[in-house]
Amino acid sequence: MENTKVIVGLGSCGIAAGAKKVFDKIETLKNDNTTDFKLSKTSCVGMCFREPLVEVIDESGYYLYGEIDEEKAAEIFEQHIGNNKPIKEYIVKSDKFKTKDDSFFEGQTKIALRHCGLIDPENIQEYESRDGYKALKMIPSKNISRLDIIQTIIDSGIRGRGGGGFPTGLKWKFANNNKSDEKYIICNADEGDPGAFMDRSLLEGDPHAVIEGMIIGAYAIEASSGVIYCRAEYPLAIKRLNIALQQARDKGYLGENILGIKGFNLDIFVKEGAGAFVCGEETALIASIEGERGMPRKRPPFPAESGLWNKPTNINNVETYSNIPWIIYHGAGAYSKYGTEKSKGTKVFALTGKVKNGGLVEVPMGTTIRDIIYKLGGGIQDDKKFKAVQLGGPSGGCIPEYLADTIVDYESVNATGAIMGSGGMVVMDETTCMVDIARFFLDFTQKESCGKCTFCRIGTKRMLEILTRITEGEGKDGDIEKLEELAMRVKDSSLCGLGQTAPNPVLTTIKYFRHEYEAHIYDKKCPAKSCKKLLTYEIDPEKCTGCTICAIKCPVKAITGEKKMPHIINQEMCIKCGDCYSNCNFDAIKLL
Amino acid sequence: MRIERVTLEKKEMIQEAVDLSLINPLTAKYKGKKGCMIPLLQGVQNIYGYIPREVIVKISKETGLKLSDMYGVVTFYSQFRLNPVGKHIIKVCHGTACHVQNADAISDAIKDILQIEDGETTEDGLFTLESVACLGCCSLAPVMMVGDNSYGKLTKKIASKVIKDIKREEKNK
Repeated sequence: MENTKVIVGLGSCGIAAGAKKVFDKIETLKNDNTTDFKLSKTSCVGMCFREPLVEVIDESGYYLYGEIDEEKAAEIFEQHIGNNKPIKEYIVKSDKFKTKDDSFFEGQTKIALRHCGLIDPENIQEYESRDGYKALKMIPSKNISRLDIIQTIIDSGIRGRGGGGFPTGLKWKFANNNKSDEKYIICNADEGDPGAFMDRSLLEGDPHAVIEGMIIGAYAIEASSGVIYCRAEYPLAIKRLNIALQQARDKGYLGENILGIKGFNLDIFVKEGAGAFVCGEETALIASIEGERGMPRKRPPFPAESGLWNKPTNINNVETYSNIPWIIYHGAGAYSKYGTEKSKGTKVFALTGKVKNGGLVEVPMGTTIRDIIYKLGGGIQDDKKFKAVQLGGPSGGCIPEYLADTIVDYESVNATGAIMGSGGMVVMDETTCMVDIARFFLDFTQKESCGKCTFCRIGTKRMLEILTRITEGEGKDGDIEKLEELAMRVKDSSLCGLGQTAPNPVLTTIKYFRHEYEAHIYDKKCPAKSCKKLLTYEIDPEKCTGCTICAIKCPVKAITGEKKMPHIINQEMCIKCGDCYSNCNFDAIKLL
Repeated sequence: MRIERVTLEKKEMIQEAVDLSLINPLTAKYKGKKGCMIPLLQGVQNIYGYIPREVIVKISKETGLKLSDMYGVVTFYSQFRLNPVGKHIIKVCHGTACHVQNADAISDAIKDILQIEDGETTEDGLFTLESVACLGCCSLAPVMMVGDNSYGKLTKKIASKVIKDIKREEKNK
């Protein structure tokens, strides 16, 4: 029993689901009893839909328990840990038998997420025991030159995982070519896309992989200073990064003459972002590190030539860096064997929205969207009709159901009008209104526009006004055309990626769901029954039992009727709040 | 640009006298360092919960940072506040995943209970309500954070209960 290991998943989402309480419960039980086992923590294994997760590894095998609360934790403690009797009904994954959640892991190939959910992110030894820092150690032991590293990265075919898709190796080559007394390496961890949490999970689950990737990058381009620019909204990621950085310093992976490589000096610091989506754009991010308003600058010069403090700078995203040690350790060929002709390797997606198994998945490039949603994601919640999937956040677009066999690689996704983006994949069903989604994203980009370029600042505002009007039933003939024209102007006249891509959600929804726009404008109807002002609530007299609950709940007293007799809604008074609908116990309120 | 968050004119600032000496270690640490403005202001906000006017005036005098530059930075980033906030900050997530799972209903329910609008603070100074872009717990949507605690898979009822529980706790203190 002393060899039994109990590991609780303590990522941000696990904690939000109650994992800390479970951890505390098990710890208390451990202290109160004499049962001997090793209790530790890990981060997100990606199975967010089953959080909180508790893993028990004993002599007989490996068992992952899902949806555990304090009560169930006590049961596991008593029966499994105490009496070696695994509780099968709570187990979601095991090496002893099949479970219904196995399909979530089949089809996944974990490279970036190779350690997430398997190691204690606050313990450097656990990282080292799984080939951690071995790629870095190969540099002095095998005498690998800077150009060899860069060539390996070029050969691996990896492209920027932040969304741009620029070949990482080339980026490093440019930074290496520009000679300077000082160079910088930056990790972009300003994950601002609403609906994306890949980078957070990576930083919380495997901070050393990102740090090792940065150290290798710094060696390749001869940088002596590193910055991880992380959102302040990710306090746990920042905490774990700082712990990991200190451990790396103590072990000599950071500092002077690292691993005996003469003249290779590097330290890395975490810089907290202050909340501005545009800072995900590399020049805006640099401005923000310099302490200014995060407004993009003109390129060229590109950061590889003149970046932070006007010195050559290399910026990559979290996921890109976490792949680097694996590529160096296993070789370019091991990586490039995954993927398609132009997009190599794997990609992490945050699968969310109206999907049964929401979570973090990593698949080889070239997997179809349908497979991700149905095979890994288990299909649509409540078995409703799958309508569209949103890729790439506010810069991306909505891909309709009939294009779900599109494969994920940079070119194929771009061809649909969406973008690969950083990996947010939000699934939408028949109850999601596509006009409202377009309005939602425009509302976001409009607020986050830094204001530098006129079309991005004012154009997005005008587009938002039109979209809001349409969702409120005030749409006019010609609105769609006006939206399209404005969209093209905003795209053409913006300096940075934010403005150039802000109209994408509008353009793709018009392209694939024009009929929904038309229904809103001409018929004053919302086909998804989502836009409040276009709905009509009615009471079905056959089903109404006259229980009066709707009349009591109605905030404007628009519902009247005798007790035990069918009630009626006064349509002129109705404010369409939906309270009657959500409170009716007899399914008598109809949505028209 | 998030200009809506800055409500300097909207309300009479409830100004208590602030202890200016609290920032001395901060100015000593960052004075003269390049790129120090954001960490400095983040430090100020950690101390006071917002950025008091007299504090940035003092920083400007002591460090030579321009007042206009600081105001520019404060109003640019959504993290910074120019007004005092409530004891509990409620952040309702309005990321994409939460939006499709009807986060609006959660915000509405809380507005209803607390009788405040987005970005406002209750009269008793207990709660401030904010909408945020994404808390990164998308698979638990809809999500909100109160202080450092996150609550997932919310319904109107659960959200109301969380707020009411905190209210009751505060009363009993």
